[in-house]
Amino acid sequence: MIEVKDLKKSFEDKAILKGITTSFEAGKTNLIIGTSGSGKTVFVKCLVGLLTPTSGTITYDGIEFTALSQREKKDIRTKIGMLFQGSALFDSMTVEENVMFPLNMFSKMTAKEKMDRVNFCLERVNLVGANKKYPAEISGGMMKRVGIARAIVLNPKYLFCDEPNSGLDPKTALVIDELLGDITHEYNMTTIINTHDMNSVMGMGEKIVFLHQGYKEWEGTRHQLLESDNETLYDFIFASDFLKELRKGAGQSIKLSK
Amino acid sequence: MKFFYHFGKYLLMMRDMLTRPENLHMYWKELLRQMNGIGVGSLIIIGVISLFVGAVTALQFAYQMGSTFFPDYLIGYIVRDTMIIELAPTLSGLVLAGKVGSNMASELGTMRISEQIDALEIMGVNPNGYLIMPKIIAAIFIVPPLIVLAALLGIYGGYWAAENYGISPANYQKGLLYLFDPFNVVIMTVKSVIFAFLIASVACYQGFYVKGGALDIGRASTRAVVYGSILVIFFDYIVALVLT
Ligand SMILES: Nc1ncnc2c1ncn2[C@@H]1O[C@H](COP(=O)(O)OP(=O)(O)O)[C@@H](O)[C@H]1O
Ligand SMILES: [Mg+2]
Repeated sequence: MIEVKDLKKSFEDKAILKGITTSFEAGKTNLIIGTSGSGKTVFVKCLVGLLTPTSGTITYDGIEFTALSQREKKDIRTKIGMLFQGSALFDSMTVEENVMFPLNMFSKMTAKEKMDRVNFCLERVNLVGANKKYPAEISGGMMKRVGIARAIVLNPKYLFCDEPNSGLDPKTALVIDELLGDITHEYNMTTIINTHDMNSVMGMGEKIVFLHQGYKEWEGTRHQLLESDNETLYDFIFASDFLKELRKGAGQSIKLSK
Repeated sequence: MKFFYHFGKYLLMMRDMLTRPENLHMYWKELLRQMNGIGVGSLIIIGVISLFVGAVTALQFAYQMGSTFFPDYLIGYIVRDTMIIELAPTLSGLVLAGKVGSNMASELGTMRISEQIDALEIMGVNPNGYLIMPKIIAAIFIVPPLIVLAALLGIYGGYWAAENYGISPANYQKGLLYLFDPFNVVIMTVKSVIFAFLIASVACYQGFYVKGGALDIGRASTRAVVYGSILVIFFDYIVALVLT
């Protein structure tokens, strides 16, 4: 579980996050949603320590992350996996080398054990037969999968994903979402996902935090989402007039799968 | 003011690079990769340039002497010393500032923009240590031999040109051995190490802190080349001032 208390972040005099308090539970897919530029990436980067918050605290299962020294943070980081928006695969390495990289750096496994673990993770994300390819030679969806495999190779307790399905076609996006959901439940990870894709929100939002203009505008489950009478949230979800009409037409009867 | 800001940030970058490697073997592999990149990638261009610069030096000196009373063999002597003291280190330095400098800056810039540097940090790897340190060390180990090679090839180029000009190989060789001062080789080595450090560290600084997009990577790598070249020439002067 990750708890955030009154988190603020400004760049020079521009306030991006203006005091956010929330928590993210283990074994659940926690979603951070908001329009582009609402500060989702900044929020996640503060959570993992890539950015230093201006004020506020972040607690990882009782350990106050924001109070740790650089070296202590490094220890927590070995329990964090992160999937970046552009996958952030190392260009100079093959798929296999990318996934093996964290193992090579931090594990004391034998070469065979490492190879087995890499293959296991690549199979887990349904990517076989691309081991020797370079990132430049595979598609965006495959890159995301490699990114996920690399993020989970050290069995992290916490998984962060920055817009995991941006730039993917809807079908591939769905597959990636399902994969992230499955992995989260299977390994009881605390997973935090940034997205502005309503398909993902409705498909996997077990806990949703809606950021708007630097504040947490709303939070809840996807089931509560449609019943909410929060105007701003409503505008975000039903971004097009078409959808708004559709919703009026359907009344409140839109049903979600369990 | 801006200069002090950047110089301070540069020093901090260098300080943060000096931590214990998370895994020696991985750092070693990265070092070898960088050495290979710098060495193999620069060999041909440095070789070609030095050969011709040596040849041109010989030709022009022969032309300048014309029918004066200077003995032929001085050509070997002149080519040897100009190559060793000045042309091999400085010209190679400039070429490397262009080639290696832009390479390093754009590699790091790309890694920054595409969040590969963030990815390293999230894994618990010190990106300064893993990315910058091997580049600087690789440059310091690979550039001096490249420059020695440049000097040798330059001298060979001079030999070839002199022979075509009608100067006997025996005389050229006699000149090569004439008044040889090993200290000049020390000057060359000192220059190469300083140039290597400057080129690599300035390029890393430019690339590592890129912000924005692809255009900014281009700008950073241009800056790496411009500043690298200016520093090479400037420190060429400083070393000459101090060591001669
Ligand atoms: N390093 C930075 N320096 C200054 N401003 C930044 C920086 N990073 C992000 N921002 C600003 O923060 C705002 C939120 O950005 P971001 O978190 O990337 O949005 P999102 O991920 O929700 O699309 C943007 O206006 C952006 O310009
Ligand atoms: Mg973003």
